[in-house]
Amino acid sequence: MLGFTLKRLLGAIPTLFIIVTLSFFLIRTAPGGPFDKERSVPPEVAANLNAVYHLDEPLWMQYGRYLGDVIQGDFGPSFQYRDFSVTELIFRGFPVSLTLGGSAIFLAFMIGTTLGTLAALKQNSKLDYAIMATAMTGITIPNFVMAPLLTLVFGVYLRWLPVGGWEQGLDQVVLPIIALALPQIAYIARLTRGSMIEVLRSNFVRTARAKGLPERVMITRHAFKAGILPVVSYLGPASAAVITGSVVIEQIFSIPGIGRYFVQGALNRDYTLVMGVVIFYGTLIILFNLLVDLVYGLLDPKVRMQ
Amino acid sequence: MSFITKTKGGLVHGFLNSSRAFLIGTGLLASSIAALSPVAAQAEMVLNRGNGAEPGSLDPQISEDVPASHILRDLFEGLVGEEPSGKIVPGEAESWKISKDGLTYTFKIRDDAKWTNGEPVTAGDFVYAWQRAVDPKTGSEYSFLLSPIKNADDITSGKMAPKELGAKAIDDKTLEVSLAGPTPYFLGLLTHSISYPVNKAAVEKFGDQWTRPGNSVTNGAFKLDEWNPQSRIVLSKNDSYWNADSVKLDKVIYYPTESTTAELKRFRAGELDWTYEVPNDQIKWIRDNMNDEFVVSNYLGVYYYGFNMTKPPFDNAKLREAFSLAINRDILMDKIVTAGEVPAYAYVVPGMTGYKPVYADFKDMTQKERNEKAYKLYQEAGYSKDNPVTVEIRYNTNDNHKKIAIAIASMWKSVFGAQVNLVNEEFKVFLETRKAKEKTQVFRAGWIGDYNDPNTFLELWKSDSGLNDTGFADPEFDKLMKEASNEQDSEKRMELLRNAEEIFLKANAVAPIYHYVTKHMIKSYVKGWDADGKGHVNVMDHVRSQYLWIDK
Repeated sequence: MLGFTLKRLLGAIPTLFIIVTLSFFLIRTAPGGPFDKERSVPPEVAANLNAVYHLDEPLWMQYGRYLGDVIQGDFGPSFQYRDFSVTELIFRGFPVSLTLGGSAIFLAFMIGTTLGTLAALKQNSKLDYAIMATAMTGITIPNFVMAPLLTLVFGVYLRWLPVGGWEQGLDQVVLPIIALALPQIAYIARLTRGSMIEVLRSNFVRTARAKGLPERVMITRHAFKAGILPVVSYLGPASAAVITGSVVIEQIFSIPGIGRYFVQGALNRDYTLVMGVVIFYGTLIILFNLLVDLVYGLLDPKVRMQ
Repeated sequence: MSFITKTKGGLVHGFLNSSRAFLIGTGLLASSIAALSPVAAQAEMVLNRGNGAEPGSLDPQISEDVPASHILRDLFEGLVGEEPSGKIVPGEAESWKISKDGLTYTFKIRDDAKWTNGEPVTAGDFVYAWQRAVDPKTGSEYSFLLSPIKNADDITSGKMAPKELGAKAIDDKTLEVSLAGPTPYFLGLLTHSISYPVNKAAVEKFGDQWTRPGNSVTNGAFKLDEWNPQSRIVLSKNDSYWNADSVKLDKVIYYPTESTTAELKRFRAGELDWTYEVPNDQIKWIRDNMNDEFVVSNYLGVYYYGFNMTKPPFDNAKLREAFSLAINRDILMDKIVTAGEVPAYAYVVPGMTGYKPVYADFKDMTQKERNEKAYKLYQEAGYSKDNPVTVEIRYNTNDNHKKIAIAIASMWKSVFGAQVNLVNEEFKVFLETRKAKEKTQVFRAGWIGDYNDPNTFLELWKSDSGLNDTGFADPEFDKLMKEASNEQDSEKRMELLRNAEEIFLKANAVAPIYHYVTKHMIKSYVKGWDADGKGHVNVMDHVRSQYLWIDK
């Protein structure tokens, strides 16, 4: 297991190198630069700005400089947020996104698998239909509709919860976590139901039942473990996506996560910020995929053997 | 609560009825908590201001965006200040003298001007800040605003050392500024953050970290307590400010609010007292439901369509005039741009101090007359409904720009039978296309004045201006602009500028569409911002928190 992990981590290095290289040259091909504004600066000033940020050097030299910095863990200064370094912005924003995304995924996993299992056990009953209909609605209503609705009802009309902000009170986290978790709950519930139905019909469940194992034990100890496998493989990329920040949710709830840096950085041609976030994002996805494979190994003996 | 009672609609009432008991419950709870800590609840006067995007920088010489400028006006004070009306008043300088030829300004800095660290603000601090602004090494985007100062441009382009700048400290409290030419709007420039002093010791000690809470040394009415990027920036009253007695607010909290819809919600939920913007698509709803808190004021900006004069078909002056005439600005203001924007027939925003507006000659015609004249010009340009022209409107991707483009395209279609194609591009791509003047025919543009003087609008159209994306070049216009910049007499100067604008409007290089307004939601208990006694903020939208207070 340790060897496997090490091998995977080493394998990630060339992947990251390709990510850095591709994103560096891709963002440079986009027309316009970080200092192009409606009010464009005089040429002398533009030249000064380019010199300050080394944008006047040949591209390969900038690339070399950037690569050298990244290896030392320095993502450079942000072009847009000139009082901050990219590293600092990421490390201030990430804990926020991690808290928000982590809680949402945890909530989604708990509720989603429970609902999915219930629906599978009572297949084709009223409960099943109710859960699946709700889930379907949850999947089809996008975040940018659901989140404003939640803020309108619970923030503006009822005034139970604040509609925006972070770090000034615990109640601020409630609505964004729910808004972020809802579609995931729905998706996970559907996934769980599908695979549980299959598992409940499989031979080992029949054997367990024939042995007279109590239904409760059979489900929690055996069926559930096999039934959530598809959920686990879905959770890897989903966690990475949710944890690295949801632009929509962060904007609607004014949350200082890193999601918006990705979009804002690209629009502002904030080269260093975009690349910093891309590299960070890439690393996370690689880590989460590794984690999923490890968990898979724990849950499924067939995978472990291979 | 006052808001809730104003809301209409069955849905809302349904929620209200079911939640009344709960609301009362939490109300009791809240008041009992408040009773436990009466001092904290009573003493603090806090203003929560929505502030658009996260500021790019809180360094006066580096910052270039509007959100940061609001915060910097609270944190720092330049030589001059601005009252809520927009009137320029003494700031760190208690008085100044202007030499007869208008080339030398001598500022006397007040004795009680202090930094937050207790040190006095000196003439040397201004010299340091200004040299820093024009120094190529600083990379200041707005350094060109200081270019009226002697040698500033040569320093920016690296031909001279920063210490050659025409700003000298005669003694600790006397600053002498030499200008390259008489610049009647020079005092107006001094309201911009680029001219604010900075504390040399702090800048040199902390480097690019000097704007952080704890490191930051400022001289304005407020000081920086907390800066959480994308979350909030907290300022508290600065007791060492010379005019601290007049400052009523204890705290100002700025919130970045990129999404205007989210901002409006936070305002409605009572989390914000002041919004930076108002979502365009909700203006009708706001008018119907919360009109008392909706503040619309004239703004120093113009939204226009530019014609690329360097390429067919719009190298033809008649066609340009025809296309400008056929834009029905009243319908646009009525149906699409609905916040109270002013239909534009001039380029320079009307209402500038000392400037009598110049209008295009079709301002007083009816739209029917305009359309008839337009079609005649169209025919003279060699086109007709049977032989229509094909044109392209290019704009940066944005819903509002799109709506306006669609409307104007249909106006042109109905008046000329013209085939109008719409092309949208992402903002930075668009800026580049526009500048290249290769692909563009008609393009969207907007201009916000940097200071209250027609020069900030007209200088764009000098033939050597880097911002001139139409290709307009007129020697007579250039000559008038040059004469104006050397003219000492303010009335004569304004006349020269008027003549210049007249030439520019006659050429129809641009079709002005509307003059911008600023839109804020302001809670009725926020006082002190009214510029004219009629519920408007000043035309620059410079609202310093030092004049504001809360009365609830």
